Amino acid sequence: MQGNCIIIGASHAAAQLAPSLRQEGWQGRIIIIGDEPYAPYHRPPLSKTFLSGEKTLQQLLIRPLAAYDKIDAEFMLGQRVDSIDRESKSITLNNGETLSYEKLALCTGSRPRQIPLPGVDLAGVHYLRTVADIEGIRAHLDKNQKPAKVVIIGGGYIGLETAAALNKLGVEVTVLEMMERILQRVTAPVISEFYQNIHTEAGVNILTSMGVDAIQGEAKVESVLCSNGETIAADVVIIGAGIVPNIELAEAAGLTIDNGIAVDAYTQTSDPDIVAAGDCSSYPHKLIGSRVRLESVPNATEQAKTAAASICGKQIDNHTHPWFWSDQYDIKLQIAGFNMGYDQVLVRGDNNSRAFSVWYFKGEQLLAVDCINQAKEFMQAKQLLAKGINPSPGHVCDTDFDLKSLLA
Amino acid sequence: MPLINYVDASGNQFEAEVEVGSNVMQGAVDNMIDGILAECGGACACATCHCYVDQAWQDKVPAVESAEQDLLEAVVDPKDNSRLSCQLVVTEEMDGLVVHLPASQY
Repeated sequence: MQGNCIIIGASHAAAQLAPSLRQEGWQGRIIIIGDEPYAPYHRPPLSKTFLSGEKTLQQLLIRPLAAYDKIDAEFMLGQRVDSIDRESKSITLNNGETLSYEKLALCTGSRPRQIPLPGVDLAGVHYLRTVADIEGIRAHLDKNQKPAKVVIIGGGYIGLETAAALNKLGVEVTVLEMMERILQRVTAPVISEFYQNIHTEAGVNILTSMGVDAIQGEAKVESVLCSNGETIAADVVIIGAGIVPNIELAEAAGLTIDNGIAVDAYTQTSDPDIVAAGDCSSYPHKLIGSRVRLESVPNATEQAKTAAASICGKQIDNHTHPWFWSDQYDIKLQIAGFNMGYDQVLVRGDNNSRAFSVWYFKGEQLLAVDCINQAKEFMQAKQLLAKGINPSPGHVCDTDFDLKSLLA
Repeated sequence: MPLINYVDASGNQFEAEVEVGSNVMQGAVDNMIDGILAECGGACACATCHCYVDQAWQDKVPAVESAEQDLLEAVVDPKDNSRLSCQLVVTEEMDGLVVHLPASQY
């Protein structure tokens, strides 16, 4: 528990890992290296309240940089790690500096999936993952005479949250989704339909089964050429096509990769002195029953705690059911569990209202629940999942039945 | 700056200075006080910053709003003084506030 513990990546996992390391008894230096110039900040509000201007960068920080002095954690911000030498147990930064480590934690996160379209390099085309991305989007919007026109490529959560935030700012938004429905990869049709309607009512134009052939413009983006030959005018284009894990450092160092940096239930990589946590890693999840790579803040936080214990020689696997949330307009979606492999979907409440929930089952086993403005049911669903209680279809569909009675 | 007192489930006490306009959850996170998880970062989405406001301080904290109420109804071990600490925006009047932390947020 002496020597350097180096954390590569300065986001949600790192922000939890550093204090947890001290709690677990790490006495050596803790050095956090991040390529962005900021202390770890909350990423989920980027596409929500930060884009809409309701939150400032200062309010986005998980805690102020000075707060980390209390646990004596050091930051090297605005720096990238070029390579890991596992034999000499050291890393090399892009400025040539070399640092040795006793233990290494890879919290390298993920980055937006790039799509190889003609015109993606034009000014005014943005991805959405960092503070810098949002500042770029806002700068382009501010240059325009309002209302600006924005085309969002990709109808997943990021694209839709962005659409809602921009709609609030008075921007004319079009969302292009290649698949037959928005959120196709992650939700049942009933939820896709709900959000399609919500956005349409708000004035966002959503086009499904619509591919993109090119982004067009001279000096900057002017329009998007759709797969049906139609051209849509655009001052700004935002691409939200999912994320890919940042595995390159680990791969180059010879660590095992399997849809992310492969770790065990205790976040251990194939090197006993290296752990990995957060979006960049995949692990055998006890409750889900297979190797998964989860893209969520709660997962990054949980894995970071496990990683801190592992680094300090303790094995804890506090796997919990994952959960996610999305804010769009006045709609709060909270998702308990992970619906991968579902074969039955039940609706509790009226899906034409603005408060209902959708329950995903595999056989009789409850996998996940999507709760639309149903915070109480979300909490109950989390507890049902945690206790392994599978409600019957009759109970789920009967809104007069109190789910709490199953938890007693 | 108002001083907030956090008492964990084992009776350990921690105090933290928290700026007016910040909230009780953030005060715990900034000071690495265990027992407040705050997984959603204050979006009133997760109820992992559940606390109990000391009875003596009930009339000094803001009223519960509906989104918070829904979550509170389903936290582990709810009590009539249960609150989500992210919704407790700190004011001068809250200087000395005592909050008790639950044994578990799950």
